[in-house]
Amino acid sequence: MAEQQIAKTLLSANQLTCIREERILFDELSFEITAGEIVQIEGPNGSGKTSLLRILAGLSRPYAGDVYYQGEDITRNRDEYNDDLLYLGHLAGVKTELTAEENLNFNLRISGYDEFDTRGILSKVNLAGFEEALAGHLSAGQHRRTALARLWHTDCKIWLLDEPFTAIDKKGVEELEHIFLAHAKRGGCVIMTTHQDMGIIGDDILRKISLEYRFV
Amino acid sequence: MWKWLHSYADPERAYNLSGKLLPWFAMLATGLIGIGSVWGLVFAPTDYQQGDSYRIIFIHVPAASMSMAAYMAMASSAFVGLVWQIKSADWAAAAIAPIGAVITFIALITGATWGKPMWGTWWVWDARLTAELVLLFLYLGVISLYASFEDKVLAARAAGILAIVGVINIPIIKYSVEWWSSLHQPSTIKITEKSSMSSDMLYPLLINIVGFGMMIGAITLIRFRAEILARNGMRPWVRELAKAEGVK
Amino acid sequence: MKKGISFRQAFFTLLKRDLQIAIRHKGDIFNPLLFFILVVTLFPLGIGPEPQILSRVAPGIIWVAALLASMLSLERLFKADFVDGSLEQMLLSPQPLPLMVLAKVLAHWILTGVPLILIAPLLAVLLHLDGNSYGALMATLALGTPVLSLLGAIGVALTVGLHKGGVLLSLLILPLYIPVLIFATSAIDAAGLNLPYSGHLAIIGAMLVGSLILAPFAIGASLRVSTN
Repeated sequence: MAEQQIAKTLLSANQLTCIREERILFDELSFEITAGEIVQIEGPNGSGKTSLLRILAGLSRPYAGDVYYQGEDITRNRDEYNDDLLYLGHLAGVKTELTAEENLNFNLRISGYDEFDTRGILSKVNLAGFEEALAGHLSAGQHRRTALARLWHTDCKIWLLDEPFTAIDKKGVEELEHIFLAHAKRGGCVIMTTHQDMGIIGDDILRKISLEYRFV
Repeated sequence: MWKWLHSYADPERAYNLSGKLLPWFAMLATGLIGIGSVWGLVFAPTDYQQGDSYRIIFIHVPAASMSMAAYMAMASSAFVGLVWQIKSADWAAAAIAPIGAVITFIALITGATWGKPMWGTWWVWDARLTAELVLLFLYLGVISLYASFEDKVLAARAAGILAIVGVINIPIIKYSVEWWSSLHQPSTIKITEKSSMSSDMLYPLLINIVGFGMMIGAITLIRFRAEILARNGMRPWVRELAKAEGVK
Repeated sequence: MKKGISFRQAFFTLLKRDLQIAIRHKGDIFNPLLFFILVVTLFPLGIGPEPQILSRVAPGIIWVAALLASMLSLERLFKADFVDGSLEQMLLSPQPLPLMVLAKVLAHWILTGVPLILIAPLLAVLLHLDGNSYGALMATLALGTPVLSLLGAIGVALTVGLHKGGVLLSLLILPLYIPVLIFATSAIDAAGLNLPYSGHLAIIGAMLVGSLILAPFAIGASLRVSTN
């Protein structure tokens, strides 16, 4: 347990600048995220929360600055970083033509896992009985849960979640919060954007990174 | 090499450097094209076969040879931008594209104009003309891809990738078109070889080729500088520049 | 929770998924094929029904139609994945991106290229293609259409994030198709004259190998720009 006491930097942002449509969203933003942290990126609409998450995931390239994963630039060791990264964006990445089970199966296999119990995982996200249903026929919340199910079977340390609670009911939010806490305790980190208040993860645990809306 | 590159990757330094280079390119371009064109169009001897109509080569050949060189320059710049992730290099590539397209267009038009007295028709599916036409399409592809993106930083990167893909394909396209034309063309039609040219014709031609290169360089620098300013409008150094110029 | 998926398994997982989706969405397979047939049918109506003329232009018509059909069908290659977020997940998966891209292009070729090759002899009959040329037609299509898919996928990857696709896409990729068109049609012509055409096939084969190696990287880089 001793090694968990040492705060280990998982992800660090170095002087990130993001410019969209000739507007500076954030300028020279730097921070470090250590193992065990749950971080909420907050700010009004249009302040660049999603852009920041996408930059951290390596999907977008910042106008200037770098992101480091365990001290190395993520654009230089992308494979290693992707192996330790779980990103869920606005778009769920769930195929409407496939069933919930097929979707989860594909997502997990492409993430590199070859042994898992799809039905067991789906029942944990309250999708028991819907395994055979086409994702296109599921409700918005169930659709979202199909994507979120990956959180129950992963050993990625870095979780980047864009509005994970969208379309999720109160009980579901609680379950997610539990799994976030467990993940943080195991030495992972969660970085998310959300407008929803959380019941279990209080302000004492939650770290906030604030973005402001800039007019220039 | 890449340390050196990085020192100019900073947009402000790239802007200042290109500002210093611009007058030289502009002066050389005006001087060389002036000398070459007057020499070629007025003083060079008349061709015994083609009469005075051959004089269009003093425009056509420089344009044609520079159309390919400009594509190479664009692709090299895009390659630097892609590999070392230097935005200024992407912008330079995007700045060259329209100039290259215009030069290619000039080469095509002058080629067709020359073809009329020589072959009696505006257009023949000659290998060089066809390859030049395809080159124009490649340029237009890069330009319209660049124009289609709203985010111009992304636009330059996308256009850069296309330019690199194009440059790998150019030799294949050129070879296949030449092969195709040798297959279908009666061999009577042939562009006169340059090697048999007298030096009084050759020198002004060479001067004009270099002059065209300088001109493309100069216009590229102007467009490159404008591109840097447009992409960095919110940066303090651009604001100061604007203030110094009296722009609000 | 061990990670034990080999590159080969990942490749086939993606290939299988794309085929499965397409089978549940049959229109995607048949529409480009119908387009191919329709375009070929239009030419005799435009040129006239004389068998001599038709058999002279048949290789060109079939190949130009194949080119256009391939381009049209490619437009959808990454679109659905882009819209529902699967593309982002693919870019962030620990699997090598060029490999994933290759799986997608292969799935697409199986679904659109192969039916096109199979229907081509039928259309060749309609155009009075020379009897000696059928083998060459099939061989050039078999070697050439994967090249079209690979090259076209670069253009598609570059434009997938844009609202206007079609015309721009044709401007980007049709010039790149020229060498395939030239060598394929002249191989068919040569076969019609009972001349050897293995040299042509070798060149198209070389293009296939070259594009198999290089195109996945270009497609991957383009996708990273498009999803930015």
